[in-house]
Amino acid sequence: MTAFLLRRFASLAVTLLVATGVVFVVLEVLPGDPAALMLGVDARPDTLEALRRQMGLDQPAPLRYAAWLAGLVQGDLGTSHTYAVPVADLVGARLAVTVPLALLALALAVALAIPAGVHAASRRGRAADTGLMALTQVGIAVPNFWFAMLLVYVFAVTLRLLPSGGFPGWDAGLLPALKALVLPAVALALPQAAILTRVMRSALIDTLHEDYIRTARAKGLSAGAALWRHALRNALIPVLTILGLQFSFLVTGTIIIENVFYLPGLGRLVFQAITQRDLVVVRSVVVLLVALVICITFLVDVAYAIADPRLRRQSS
Amino acid sequence: MHRIASGTARGALMAAATVLALWSAPPAAEAARTDVVLGVRLEPPHLDPTAGAAAAIDEVVFINVFEGLTQVDRDGSVKPALAESWTISEDGRTYVFQLREGVTFHDGTDFTAEDVVFSFDRARADDSVNAQKGKFEVIDTVTADSPTQVTVTLKRPVGDFLITLGTGDAVIVAPESAETNKSEPVGTGPFRFSRWVQGDRIELVRNPDFWGPAARLDKATFKIIGDNAAAFAALMAGDVDGFPIYPAPENLPQFETDPRFAVVVGSTEGETILATNNARPPFDDLKVRQAIAHAIDRQAIIDGAMFGYGTPIGSHFAPHHPAHVDLTGTYPHDIDKAKALLAEAGHPDGFKATLKLPPPSYARRGGEILASDLKKIGIELELIPLEWAQWLEQVFKGKDYDLTIVSHTEANDIDIYARDDYYFNYASPDLKAVMERLNATTDTEGRYALMREAQEIVSRDAVNGYLFQLAKTGVWDARLKGLWENAPVQANDLTGVYWDE
Repeated sequence: MTAFLLRRFASLAVTLLVATGVVFVVLEVLPGDPAALMLGVDARPDTLEALRRQMGLDQPAPLRYAAWLAGLVQGDLGTSHTYAVPVADLVGARLAVTVPLALLALALAVALAIPAGVHAASRRGRAADTGLMALTQVGIAVPNFWFAMLLVYVFAVTLRLLPSGGFPGWDAGLLPALKALVLPAVALALPQAAILTRVMRSALIDTLHEDYIRTARAKGLSAGAALWRHALRNALIPVLTILGLQFSFLVTGTIIIENVFYLPGLGRLVFQAITQRDLVVVRSVVVLLVALVICITFLVDVAYAIADPRLRRQSS
Repeated sequence: MHRIASGTARGALMAAATVLALWSAPPAAEAARTDVVLGVRLEPPHLDPTAGAAAAIDEVVFINVFEGLTQVDRDGSVKPALAESWTISEDGRTYVFQLREGVTFHDGTDFTAEDVVFSFDRARADDSVNAQKGKFEVIDTVTADSPTQVTVTLKRPVGDFLITLGTGDAVIVAPESAETNKSEPVGTGPFRFSRWVQGDRIELVRNPDFWGPAARLDKATFKIIGDNAAAFAALMAGDVDGFPIYPAPENLPQFETDPRFAVVVGSTEGETILATNNARPPFDDLKVRQAIAHAIDRQAIIDGAMFGYGTPIGSHFAPHHPAHVDLTGTYPHDIDKAKALLAEAGHPDGFKATLKLPPPSYARRGGEILASDLKKIGIELELIPLEWAQWLEQVFKGKDYDLTIVSHTEANDIDIYARDDYYFNYASPDLKAVMERLNATTDTEGRYALMREAQEIVSRDAVNGYLFQLAKTGVWDARLKGLWENAPVQANDLTGVYWDE
């Protein structure tokens, strides 16, 4: 197991290093000078040079890469060109919006999908099942920003129950903060819930055909009890796998949703940083996201290896 | 099992209904409001107007937090601000400013002549990152004669020096706080900076120690809403009280019919032009440029791209300025004339060219309409959408373009046509001579006459295609009074804003 972990860890580190290189190079070839963007159309060459010096842009690219990498290793993400504050602080503040939003959406998606999936599976082929499946089809097909606009129209513009967007901050109190997150979370959750419902339904239907269910039924257990007690637990495994995968989709999905709801989250930060050519922010956040996804995959791999020793042997 | 599931569902629904009911409890009795929440499209990169060109900085802190010696007023005229009065020498090179007494910065330090010297020296220093550094370089010396008197000597007379001093780039900052103004702006204005929740909003509070009439609002919040649909929803839902500059003209008719809102259409300093690379064939031929000028249907562009908001222009000059001449008649919309000119220039069948378009909708939508206009005379345009960063790099800096659409938002900026190496690649000794005389003239009428002459030269040479003056389309709560209708400078002056209930 230790050898397995070490191997996985080494490949994780190499992947991350390659990612930093790719991200740096890609952003380097992106046209547009951040200093020119800040000074606007009337900038004179000497002013531009002064600002470029101030921003460290006059250094050659390999040197800047090395400096960035050295900073990353020490946990220093650099200083934002546009905001002139440490990127780590910016990211920290933004994560305080994005992470709760993603978790809320995930929780909502699960809360909607599991009962719906169970319900559909237990009444397979009947009207409730067909109806739910049609709904999930819509949920998958319709983009979440459209849901977002619909929700805003109904709950913010017409009913005035919830704000149309923005975020008061957690220091404004739990209720105002949650109120600001409800609509975006629902918009994010609906397509996720639709996918999860379908996965849940088919996983349950599969397990219901397994021998142990037949045994349980033969021992006199009702169909409902067999489903809740035995089938559900086993069907949750594929659902959890999908959930793990979906987390990274959720993070990217927030970019759109945060723009529609003008939430100060990580997605909006990246979006804004790209248009303003705040390259330090873009590359640090992208690498952070890459690291996050790699770590989740790593944890999933380890979990599988613990659960199933055959996997450990296979990869060696 | 079925019963259990539906029971759970009913419970969940009831819980949700209860939460929603609690949630929407009406607010306590409404008193007259003393705060305002305004929407702005772009977040300022930082809050120091002397270290960046972004209009977004000025829209929040200029006049509200930071002030200059002079101030450009609502109608574009110059009025005293931190300078109470001034005298200009005969030769137009020496300005003596009498400063206001008893003015303090928000951190409690005194405003004195030394701060003025510091600010102007900083703006013109070698390592200055002031976006308008060029305008400060004409300063020869700045000296503090006494705590309340400053003498500024110029290297040569500059006719609009007082206007320059009334822009965001020329605000007075204190040596104690200049370094940290980007995140903690400290000025002398009617509002103090309170808090910046990056990505979300900037909050200002009233400055109780303001030297002038105190602001009527206790608190002002600028909320950053970049998305057009979100801007619409935020206004309709009452989450913001208004947008001084509303980003989507297509929604304006809807607000106009809604008595809750006031739609206020004013003008800006934004001349929207079809900028032309005058050095690149075939645009180096006056006849080709004249043909294009005749082919442009300005009203169609205003109607199609701006939903009717905008004033046609025939030269690079704001129609609300007293020195404006209406030159839209120089090249009236005339397809036959345009075709004839094009044939005379040796392109009877037209030609192909590119039109590079920055992100604003006036450019993207205007570009499509313009392309169809030019197609009628045989000019096939390839539309190339660009981000701002790319536009600055390729078009503005690299001069690698045929045609582009852009709005020039600086006030009184016809002098750019006399600049060497500017991206239009236009050089006219006549215009340069006029500009030199303009700079040497300080009397108003004389200046206006020269400005008119300059407009005519630029128009006659069809340097660019002149489209329209960008409208300032504001939408705000009908009870909110005192916001500016026009935008002679990029500021949202909140000093006189109040609620009239």
